[in-house]
Amino acid sequence: MTAVASKCRVCKGPAVIDLPRHNAKFCAEHLQQLCRRQMAKAIEDFDMLSIDDRILVAVSGGKDSLAVWDMLIEAGYHADGLYIGLGIGEYSTDSGGYVQRFADERGLHLQTIDLRNEYGYDVPTASKATGRVPCSACGLSKRRLFDKAALDGDYDVVVTGHNLDDEAAVLFGNTLRWDIDYLARQMPVLPAGNGFPKKVKPLIRLTEREMAAWCLVRGIDYVVEECPIAAGNRHLSYKESLNAVEATSPGAKASFYLGFLERMAPLLAGRSAAAAGELNDCERCGSPTTTEICAFCRLVEKSSEHEPVPVEMLLTRGGKVRRR
Amino acid sequence: MKVLLRNPRREIDVEGGRSVDRLLDDLGLSREAHLVIRNGTLVPGDARLDDGDTIEVRPVISGGAC
Repeated sequence: MTAVASKCRVCKGPAVIDLPRHNAKFCAEHLQQLCRRQMAKAIEDFDMLSIDDRILVAVSGGKDSLAVWDMLIEAGYHADGLYIGLGIGEYSTDSGGYVQRFADERGLHLQTIDLRNEYGYDVPTASKATGRVPCSACGLSKRRLFDKAALDGDYDVVVTGHNLDDEAAVLFGNTLRWDIDYLARQMPVLPAGNGFPKKVKPLIRLTEREMAAWCLVRGIDYVVEECPIAAGNRHLSYKESLNAVEATSPGAKASFYLGFLERMAPLLAGRSAAAAGELNDCERCGSPTTTEICAFCRLVEKSSEHEPVPVEMLLTRGGKVRRR
Repeated sequence: MKVLLRNPRREIDVEGGRSVDRLLDDLGLSREAHLVIRNGTLVPGDARLDDGDTIEVRPVISGGAC
């Protein structure tokens, strides 16, 4: 016999999830209501989006980016998707498939860029060729190509699916190092300027668990398997540490990150402007950079000349990535 | 009951008659980092899992946000 468990705080119907930080349980419908309200509050509090904006959503095939695309479309925004094929073996093939099916099923516009086909490299090769850790080569490539696609496509703003856990983990790392410049820049809105498009993070008030639940109750199929290269990275260990705190102090992650935005970030605002420094145009691609040739062009040059490196070469026998 | 775990994907047999929270505790998994799906439906921590149920324990943490 399968017993009915606890009830939704709002309608008293069968609950599907308990959220200790809200000291409540919710049914599928009222979980969605909570998520919609939290996203709307983030958008309003930080003046992230206007209903007339042309939005480009950076989608990976994971729960967060597909959820934010779904939520924006549902809320009436005009949002297209951009997927970058990173060349991380089967993981990338599978991820791209999830994104394409999501877009096709909803009739949404999806732009795809394949690093190997269009730039002559992939993330494992870039990591090997440049000596960067894979997540660094991946992040640099994605940021540059999101910026370029947004500017070329005349979009008003780029949306990413960074959630509360992502931002709290980054804040935790920056705080452990007291990296004041990074702390000053860790805002949910980066305004357009200096050749960069506006970038926003509408999910900063929502946890990973809530986003995964959104996908489940909405019937969104996403890639559940972890990126094989990201496994064991420092970002994940910070998330685990914060979840250990959250287990005994529900709401601690939200208090840590949202409290930072409310009370600490204003004190660092001047520092953020000073840290931006002088920028000039990259001699090759014209993108803003502090050097003659930007980091992305240097990465492309080294990586495209390098023999392709399969993702397996970056992993140890235990499946963990080799770290330098 | 059959319990599907991820990362890596594998299936284990676990005796039923326990709650979702108890199952996660017994498997040494964080409640904050997982969802549990019973017979295709998301269920909360105090939901009871029985022999004959098909369970998926789905991790929700991703490391690709760096």
